[in-house]
Parts: sequence; C-alpha cells; structure tokens
Amino acid sequence: MTLTAVRAKAGGTRERRAPRRRWRHAGTVAVFLLPSLIPLTLYTLIPMVASFWTSLHEWDLITEMRWVGLGNYIELLGDAGTRAAFLHTLYFIAGYLPLVYLGGLGLALLLNRAMPGRRLLRGVYFLPVITSWVVVALMWKWLLNPASGVVNWALGLFGVSGPGWWTDPDWAMPSIIFASAWKDLGFVMIILLAGLQAIPKEFQEAAMVDGAGAVRRFRHITLPLLSPSSFFVVVISLINGFQVFDQVKIMTGGGPGGATQVVVSQIYDLTFRYGRAGAASALSWLLFALVLLVTIVQIRGQRRWVTYG
Amino acid sequence: MSQRIRVAASLAAAALLATACSQGSATKATSGEGGKVTLRYFTFSAAPDHVKDLDKIEKAFEKENPKVDVVVETAPFDEYFTKLQTSIAGGTAPDTFELNYENFVTYAGAGSLLDLDTVKGDGDPSVYVKESLEAFKRDGKQYALPASFSTVVLFYNKDLFDKAGVAPPTADWTWTDEQAAAAKLTDKKKGVFGDFQPVQFFEFYKTLKQAGGEFLSADGKKSAFNSPAGVKAARWLVSKVGKTMPTEAEIGGTADYDTNLFKSGKLAMWHNGIWQFAGLKDAPFTWDVVVEPGESAKASAVFHNAVAASSGTKHGKEAWAWARFLSSSNTAATTRVESSWELPPVADQAVLSGYLKDPKPANRQAVFDSLKSIALPPVIKRQQEMQDAVTKQLTEAAAGRKPVEEALKAAASEVDALLG
Repeated sequence: MTLTAVRAKAGGTRERRAPRRRWRHAGTVAVFLLPSLIPLTLYTLIPMVASFWTSLHEWDLITEMRWVGLGNYIELLGDAGTRAAFLHTLYFIAGYLPLVYLGGLGLALLLNRAMPGRRLLRGVYFLPVITSWVVVALMWKWLLNPASGVVNWALGLFGVSGPGWWTDPDWAMPSIIFASAWKDLGFVMIILLAGLQAIPKEFQEAAMVDGAGAVRRFRHITLPLLSPSSFFVVVISLINGFQVFDQVKIMTGGGPGGATQVVVSQIYDLTFRYGRAGAASALSWLLFALVLLVTIVQIRGQRRWVTYG
Repeated sequence: MSQRIRVAASLAAAALLATACSQGSATKATSGEGGKVTLRYFTFSAAPDHVKDLDKIEKAFEKENPKVDVVVETAPFDEYFTKLQTSIAGGTAPDTFELNYENFVTYAGAGSLLDLDTVKGDGDPSVYVKESLEAFKRDGKQYALPASFSTVVLFYNKDLFDKAGVAPPTADWTWTDEQAAAAKLTDKKKGVFGDFQPVQFFEFYKTLKQAGGEFLSADGKKSAFNSPAGVKAARWLVSKVGKTMPTEAEIGGTADYDTNLFKSGKLAMWHNGIWQFAGLKDAPFTWDVVVEPGESAKASAVFHNAVAASSGTKHGKEAWAWARFLSSSNTAATTRVESSWELPPVADQAVLSGYLKDPKPANRQAVFDSLKSIALPPVIKRQQEMQDAVTKQLTEAAAGRKPVEEALKAAASEVDALLG
C-alpha cells in the first residue's frame, strides 16, 4: 500500500468519526504517551525553559536572580575565555572525528572478513563503549601519568623520554583526543560493520567479474553503499564532540593553564565554581545553537554524498 | 539529538531539581520523635583527621542539650562550596555550616546567613578574641561565630639538615637563607627535595606581602600586584620549581604528594599549615617548625573559619546554641588544642597555653609568633575567579611557558576585569 493511500484512508476515518469518539481516541493516545511525556516534561522541557529564563539573569545560586536581559550573551560573545573554549572544542573535534571514523572503519573492514576469533574481537573492541567514562578516563590518566605511567616507562625502555601527557599544554589535548577515540572506536565499528554486512554480495561479485580491483571496488561500491551508516556515525560523533566533558573533567580539569578548557567544562565552572548560573545557561544555549546549526547543515548537505539504496 | 546536550544546556536549572532530590530527605526529618530537634552541620575542616574530635564536641553538646540531635556532614574543601551553594539554591541548606573568611563575605552579602543576634541566648561575647568576633560581623550584624584559626609556618626535617651539615632555619631567616639551604639539601639522585611551596594564589598574596607589596589598591578597586614587589614574589615562588622543588610533571597529579614526600623523609622544608601537626605525630625523624622566612617584611597567612546558620533554618535557637558551643565552649576549645586541630579564637589565654605543652613540634611558640604579623587574603566579590586567574598565570610562569613579568601582567588585567 502506498503512503498516500494510507493517508487518504486515515483522513476518511477521521471525518466520519463522531466528535465524542474523537475525544476518546485522543484520550487513549494521551494515556499511552503519558509515561514518556512526564519525564520528558519534568527533566527536559521544563529545565530547558528554565535554563533559557536563567540565561537572561545574573544568578549566583544563593541570592535572588537579577534580570540582565541579553547581557550574558553579549558578554560571552566578546569574552576571550568563551572564544578559547569554543576553539579548544573545535580542536578536539578536528582530532577526534577523523581518528574515530577512520579507526572505526578500519576495524569494521578487518572484522568483516572471515577470521578466527572474530566474534571475540568484536566484543573486545566494543567493551570500552559500554564502560563508564570515569573508569576509562582514570585508566588513561594513570597510563599516561608523566611521572609514573606505563606509557612513559615503556617509551623509556627505547631511550625516549615521554612528554608530560597531561601536564604539558601542547600534549594535553592530543591525549584527551586519543583516549576519546579509543573509547568510541567500538561504537563506530559496530555501526559500520552493520552497514558493510547490508551491502549485497552480488555487487562485489559483479564488479569482480568486470575486472575491478580491490581499491576500485572499495571506492565505488563499498564506500557509497556505506554512506548512510557513515552519515549517522559522523552526525553522532560530531554532537558527542561538541559535548566533550567527562574525560576533560577527570583527565585535566581543563588545564594545564586552561589548554583543554572546552565549552561544557566552561559551563560547569561558570555554574559550580564561579556561581554564575546565568552566564552558564547562556553559554549552554550558544552551544545548543551551534550544534543545531551544524546538524542542519549536515542534514542539508547529505544529499551530496549519501547514497540510499 | 542525544540527551546529554539537553542536560548540558540546562545544567543550571537542573541543579534546582537534582539537589532537591539528593538532599531533601534530611530537611524533612528535622523534627524527630519526642520533640527532638535534628540539627544538620556541614563542615570541611573535620575530615579526615579530626572526625573523632568533632564527634567528641558533638557528644558533649548533646549531653548539655538533650533535645538536640546534631547530624554532621563532611566534604573535602575542594567540593565543599559547590555542595553548599547547590544545597542553598535547592532550598535544602544545612541548618548550620562552616565558612572560611573569604567565603563568609560572599554569603553574608547574599543574605544566606541568619543574623545570630536575633536568636541568641545567654552568652558573654567577651569569651572570644575581639578581632575574631568582629571579622564575622557585616553591617553591625553577627552573621557567624569564629570557631577556629590556623596559620602557615615553615616545617623542616631536622635530620636532613643535620646530615647535610646545614644550620636549621631560624625566625630571622630571609628568602636568601631559605634558597641557599634548599639548594644544598636537594639531592635529586636520592629523590630528596630541599623545598616545597605550592605555586598558587594563597602563597602569592602572602609572599607578595613578605616582599613589601600589596595585592589590591587602597580603595580595593584595582589590582596592585603587578609591581616590582609582585615580580619579586612571583619569581621567588617560580624559581623553586624544577630546582629545589619537583615540577608538575614529576608530581604527576598525585594526591597529597607533598605530605607524603615530607612524611617519607625526602623533603627538607615544607610551607604548610599547622593542621598538619596531628598527621606528623609518628614521623620517624625529628621535625620542627619556624615562622616563615620573610624578605623585606614578615608575613604569615592566617586562615579563619566560623560557624554560621542558614537564614532558612527552622531551628534558629538550637543553631545558635550549637554554633556557640562549637566555637567557644571549654570542651570545644580544649579538644581543638589537645588534638592539634586548629586554634580556638578564645580570649582565655590559659586554654591556649595548653597548646604549648605538647612536645611535638618543639617550637610550637612559632605558631603564636606567626600571628604577630599576618597577611589576610584579599577578598572580592568574584573571589574564586580571581584565585583561579592568578594561579593559572603563575602556573604558566612556573612551567616556563611565560616570563614572570608577562604572567603577572596578564593576571593583573584579568583581576581588573573581575573588579570592574
């Protein structure tokens, strides 16, 4: 049945239905929606509205809110700290996104082949994804400890003196990027693996018969047919990238010397360290606006490179 | 879009809900059975070394006030004010809580504190040292009662000095003497460091005063530390790092690194507070303290803590009684003295003289001597931001990423912006 036919039928039913029945129908729908509507309203919609309201005020959490209108937004837009936080976030994304995508793609291609222990390996690579960020960040912080970490000890065996992974401002962000990519590789791998397995074998075989080499088959068959999965992974990873926080908070606390202060850690500090909930809310909305914009651009742009079917 | 962005987007507002959930139960149960009042007290100075001592004071108070049940909650200093702030915002503030002087100013100004004069019972104000009591007044109202104070002194490992044939520190030392001794005592091959003084805001405002400088201008409207004295003080702190003191990379974020270094006998001199006395009791070497070396002047940091009651408490009278007991009762004062916790700001010198009876460290008199010339921290409205800005710039200089002059200039402009 085509979609229009379904619509026509549904419309037809509605017209014939008596007003009272219509209300009852709406009531039934409402009852079924209620379980998800209540938490959505309580924990998402109301806090969102409240945070917008807060963003128009100066509020230190202990005194009454004071109306400042768009003052917080204006201040943040001209503030060097905000600019630095956005730049550090973009730096993170620029390192994280290619690393996690290419790494995940590599793993997916590898584990898509028939090989012994394939299931076990898939499980192993997925393990970090379901591990708490606190555990992963503490583990990496320990491994990369400049003074007593395993990584620098191992480098020392080869006569290389390892850098101050999270005490040196030049190395702190790369360390965080690396740990983040390590954790999320499994997620990207699983999604792309599913995408790879959905590609019909006939296409590959037909291309092979036509004499296409492995590289050409990958470029002209695998990649285009994988693009819907790639699109999904990129959108999700990008949003995750904008929200990077847990690993920063635990591994560096935004330091050293503010080198890893990203937008969300700035939001956290503004609220809980500096008692500036209004400015923090405004910054949250700026971040939201940016993520929304980037996502819309991606969805608009997908028709240029995403092939469905 | 994932749920996390929405959480992030509404962090501030979510605090309202979250705190209401996590701490609400304690408020509901403020009146127990038989008309017994449950009084919550939140503190940062008790854990981990002095929980038992606080317990002793609490038991004595409850014996005198059988209708009050004090419930103690503790948090480490780093998290304390975040928790306090959110609990006040969420309307679940503890009835009574500890405040240090820097934060007292903020909270009193915000109207979060109960004017204790409105609920006070019988009690002579002259039991307190007058200056201490005055410090916790705002607009003529007593918003908190001074409970304890402590100072920072120079701890030293006498055995290390003797072994190296270096004369131990005296009260007449200047920075130059400290520097020379530290250089001689540092033995990196053995992992022994000569000196440890954290590079941060609290050490800076004090060394600044030791160098004869001021942190803020006289009217308090501008920073004044970007001066020759400021450069001298900052350079003094920064110059130790990597030479007589471990670098940040060597410390590697280890918790209580300096405490453990001193306890293991591998640190010759250590700038720290007298609250460390109790923890060093069983150190397997001879250690002592002196008043910190000065440069053009002597200046010791004093930390002053008080007990306040929340303006929203339903048990004002009980709150006052507890604050009064905790700050000035004989039990509280002697417990603090005997356990070498912090000093009680009581006027009765006989109580304080008990402090000198403890044989370790030998030169306890230095604690009282350090009070003769003190450096109080500068306090502004946006305190934490100021502290972070100064610490951040000094850290940059300490790591050699910025010349000292440039770091101070940057810190000064940041502080000016916070004042403006």
